[in-house]
Amino acid sequence: MYPFGYQRIDTPQALKAAQQRQRGEADKAVSYLAGGTTLLDLMKLGTLAPAEILDINGLAHDYGDISWADDELRLGALVRMSAAADHPRIRSDFPVIAQSLDLAASPQIRNMASLGGNVLQRTRCNYFRQTGWTACNKRQPGSGCAAMEGVNRKHAILGVSDHCIAAYPGDFGQALVALEARVDILGFHGTRTLPFHQLHLAPGSEPERETVLLPGELITGFHVPIGPWTRRSLYLKIRDRESYEFALVSAAVAMHLDDNVIRDVRIALGGVATKPWRAHEAEQQLIGRRPDLPAFEAASKVAFAAAVTRPGNRYKVDLGQQTLTRALLQLAEMEV
Amino acid sequence: MAETAEGVIGKDVARIDGARKVTGAASYGSDFALPDQTYAFLVTSTIARGRIRHIDETAARRVPGVIGIYTHRDIAGKVKAGKLMADGGYLGTSIQPLTSPDILHDGQIVAVVIGESFESAREGAYRLDVAYERQPASASFDDASVETVAASEASKTHEDPKVGDAETAFQQAALRIDVSYSTPTQHHNPIELFTTLCHWSDGKLTVWESSQNVWGYKYGLAEQLGIDPNDIRVLSPFIGGAFGSRGSLTPRTAIIAEIARQLGRPVKLVPTRDQGFTIATYRAETRHHVKLGATPDGKLVSLSHEAWEVTSRPDNYMVSGTKATTRLYQCPNIYSKVSITHADRNTPGFMRSPPELPYLFALESAMDELAVATGIDPIELRRINDTQVEPIKGLPYTSRSLMACFDAGAKAFGWHERNPKPGAMRDGDWLVGWGCASTMYPTAVAPAAAKVRLMPDGKAIVQTAAHDIGTGAYTVIGQVAAERLGLPLANIEVQIGDSDLPPAPVAGGSNTTASVCNVVAKACDRLRQQLFQQSNAASATDISGMPLDAVLNDLPKDGIEAYAENLPHGTTQEGIGKLYHGHSMLAGGSELKDRIQFAFGAEFVELRIHRLTKEIRCSRLIGAFACGRIVNPRTARSQLMGGLIWGLSSALHEETEIDQASARYYNDDLAEYLIPVNADVREVEVIFVPEEDKAINDLGIKGLGELGNVGTNAAVANAVYHATGFRIRDLPIRLEDLLAVES
Ligand SMILES: Cc1cc2nc3c(=O)[nH]c(=O)nc-3n(C[C@H](O)[C@H](O)[C@H](O)COP(=O)(O)OP(=O)(O)OC[C@H]3O[C@@H](n4cnc5c(N)ncnc54)[C@H](O)[C@@H]3O)c2cc1C
Ligand code: SF4
Repeated sequence: MYPFGYQRIDTPQALKAAQQRQRGEADKAVSYLAGGTTLLDLMKLGTLAPAEILDINGLAHDYGDISWADDELRLGALVRMSAAADHPRIRSDFPVIAQSLDLAASPQIRNMASLGGNVLQRTRCNYFRQTGWTACNKRQPGSGCAAMEGVNRKHAILGVSDHCIAAYPGDFGQALVALEARVDILGFHGTRTLPFHQLHLAPGSEPERETVLLPGELITGFHVPIGPWTRRSLYLKIRDRESYEFALVSAAVAMHLDDNVIRDVRIALGGVATKPWRAHEAEQQLIGRRPDLPAFEAASKVAFAAAVTRPGNRYKVDLGQQTLTRALLQLAEMEV
Repeated sequence: MAETAEGVIGKDVARIDGARKVTGAASYGSDFALPDQTYAFLVTSTIARGRIRHIDETAARRVPGVIGIYTHRDIAGKVKAGKLMADGGYLGTSIQPLTSPDILHDGQIVAVVIGESFESAREGAYRLDVAYERQPASASFDDASVETVAASEASKTHEDPKVGDAETAFQQAALRIDVSYSTPTQHHNPIELFTTLCHWSDGKLTVWESSQNVWGYKYGLAEQLGIDPNDIRVLSPFIGGAFGSRGSLTPRTAIIAEIARQLGRPVKLVPTRDQGFTIATYRAETRHHVKLGATPDGKLVSLSHEAWEVTSRPDNYMVSGTKATTRLYQCPNIYSKVSITHADRNTPGFMRSPPELPYLFALESAMDELAVATGIDPIELRRINDTQVEPIKGLPYTSRSLMACFDAGAKAFGWHERNPKPGAMRDGDWLVGWGCASTMYPTAVAPAAAKVRLMPDGKAIVQTAAHDIGTGAYTVIGQVAAERLGLPLANIEVQIGDSDLPPAPVAGGSNTTASVCNVVAKACDRLRQQLFQQSNAASATDISGMPLDAVLNDLPKDGIEAYAENLPHGTTQEGIGKLYHGHSMLAGGSELKDRIQFAFGAEFVELRIHRLTKEIRCSRLIGAFACGRIVNPRTARSQLMGGLIWGLSSALHEETEIDQASARYYNDDLAEYLIPVNADVREVEVIFVPEEDKAINDLGIKGLGELGNVGTNAAVANAVYHATGFRIRDLPIRLEDLLAVES
């Protein structure tokens, strides 16, 4: 860890002032601090070295609420993972959100970590996390990618590039992508709202750029539309051990089933892609069909048709298909 | 008084140090702090082979609070490399960093930055600029430039057990199993990091460091630093996990001691988790080729076990588990051979059940394959080949209750309900698999010394430089003293983990309870004898049952003291001399001339494997163990239960992944190096099968600390086969292995 400046931001005014200052010092690396479960880890490792930290936990009364409108669920960026996961109405009306949070990390981390921080967590690629590895385009643009020929069992097979195959590690992001959530972003010039799936960038030739956020921009919350598919939704996470581990593969799925016909379906995949990944083609396969095994298997194949694998993660194609099939089977059988 | 104490040995009593542990009063290695102490942070190499070309200290020196940077330029010539324990030394590696600019493995210490605070030292370390001249490094077996030699060539003392003509018998056998297995690299990862605190005062060195071998450390350090061992004291009262990683001295200790000497201030080092992967030892990967020949009714006629182990370039470290696998079953023709492969790695070392865990995985998996081939139930197959005499030299086991363990375990597990057909047992979407395997662990006992002092108030102090690595040594030592002296357990104070105390052996090879309890019993008996003879309170004929009350009043103010040494079966007086030079002369297992000493057990595993996604979950673990006299069923149960869980972990979870191109460890943190979490451990049952072994030592104690985690990996692999019909021969077993065989 390197020395850094620290400032508490307790009011929107203080935030605005800080954002203004940042505009004047464009070169200075400034990071927001929420739960700190990603940021402090990486600072201790020396991977991240912000010159200044702006502690936004004081903004919880502005951006820390769970609320409901007729047609949507609103989640403040400073809502803790555990608070959203334990919320009775989220549990009943948005099972995929509650489960994606429940199955993530550990109780201690979920009590600490915020939803805003969660969607911005960094990859678990150890070539990125440990500065002793020299080749990592994400940490050191242009330095190469050690994972290509190295240990890549947990790396991505969708949305990869020749420059980076790091998997997006989070779970909650898949639920947001599947449900077509929107994200509120507050910059110096005011608020903008984006479809959540536009927040993250695939690595392309610039793996160091992970999101469209501009310096100083703050995520303030998420809107999740309520639809006829939200109650019939679930999150299936496959991993080597029963708890406290990132997904090898996960599926966030939601379905509107009417008269035993799939009217609408949403599929997002985790653990296999470089960003929260929506499987549109697979969805298209299913719409209008009966919810049966052949349909699910066919859709699962389509979902991984574009996979690009390395020796260590080749199994993820097969596992991904099985995971999605299993998730869809479970989904069709859900009592709602 | 005597009444309260009777039967303390064998009683289920709580740990006498339990309250200190849960209240935080127990100080572990990392808890110690001294006024005026400085903080060390290590810089470790990012290459596995080559040389340091240049070190630029400018930026590091500028960090406020950094007061020193030590590299080979400061340490070379001041600290000597030591010899491996197996070669009669005290160290876990002969690679002594900072003695030259050469790099022999990933994560080798290249500099130590000293700061007034931990934070300044760390920042200084991060800012130290080390440039390397990098050479190609070989990571493991399949690398082009590794060098493989027969163990018998590498070591004069190595023996490859053999009898009869295994190859001919194999060729002629009705049934043949000819298979290969492998086990991965694993690291101990004790929760307490590899901390060291060194302080010099009047030319004398005190070291606070969690150690399984305080006398060994004292002598090893004396050699490395070129000072008198009597000027060194090593303190290790509580140990935050060890598993073998603190049995031999690691190079860091002498380096920190030397820096403290140069600096004239205490130095405290708390390395990071990832540094622990390379500055200490680990379990190296192994490969096995097993051939079993049998008659149609399951009788073994040929057993061959060939194995390969990885070690570092300079050291011949090896575990040679064929000592055990050639002796588990009756068989007239046996062949074995061990080879070691030198790669550009740090030197491996003892890790819980070093030989047995990898080697029994191979044999006990192969036995299951033979059971399938013969159509004989795996337990019955073991009964058919059971023996009370080891097959290599024809020596008798002092006791062996393997089949009694299988019978007790099978009953508790409900084994008779098993449908032997693979894939036949199901629970909804989950395939259910049941597997079992044998475990065995040698009972070795070492010379030890102890002192007991009885005070006029009826309290007694036991002193011996033994170690409690979390196993409950404090408590069992206390129990033995309480019973032998005829005092309540609460009156016994146990002092261990200090090299100023009478020497005890390394806490390794599961010998502590047997070695130390026997010598403490002896010291107590001697004390009673002295007491009653002096006080004329009784004739010397039967003093063992006499209450102490009568004589306490006559004691001098500072009490009386007795000292004893114990030479277990198979050791000589020379063993005491060695003990007083920090060497543990363990005797037992298969190394005795007249008999063989092992503890045995049978382990049962129930798995559930999802039919689509193939994740493997363990729903039940049962182990039945026969290990002589159980001094404390509570601590023994914990030990065996922890062993079973670790066995499960070694089958399904633990693997240190290596980046092949650079020969560096990849997943060197506890987020990526997996061990089971609570949710992975559903039901664990430990069964003690009663066993009396009067020959093994006076108290009839066998070691059990390492018995629990052996065989579990094979039981898991056998259960995977039973659930799916697929035999996975390479650990850890992961869902992709099952997906791959299916597609
Ligand atoms: C051992 C371990 C296991 C884990 N397992 C899982 C798992 O299984 N699944 C899973 O999904 N996650 C897992 N996590 C990740 C964890 O969920 C994230 O670390 C956490 O959600 C991040 O939230 P935080 O509030 O602590 O973020 P912080 O660490 O405070 O911030 C993370 C990043 O986001 C930025 N940031 C934070 N809030 C905002 C905001 N409102 N606007 C703009 N930028 C912001 C910060 O500057 C920083 O760059 C695990 C973490 C650990 C340490
Ligand atoms: S996969 Fe991405 S993060 Fe990992 S080493 Fe390659 S470039 Fe770096």
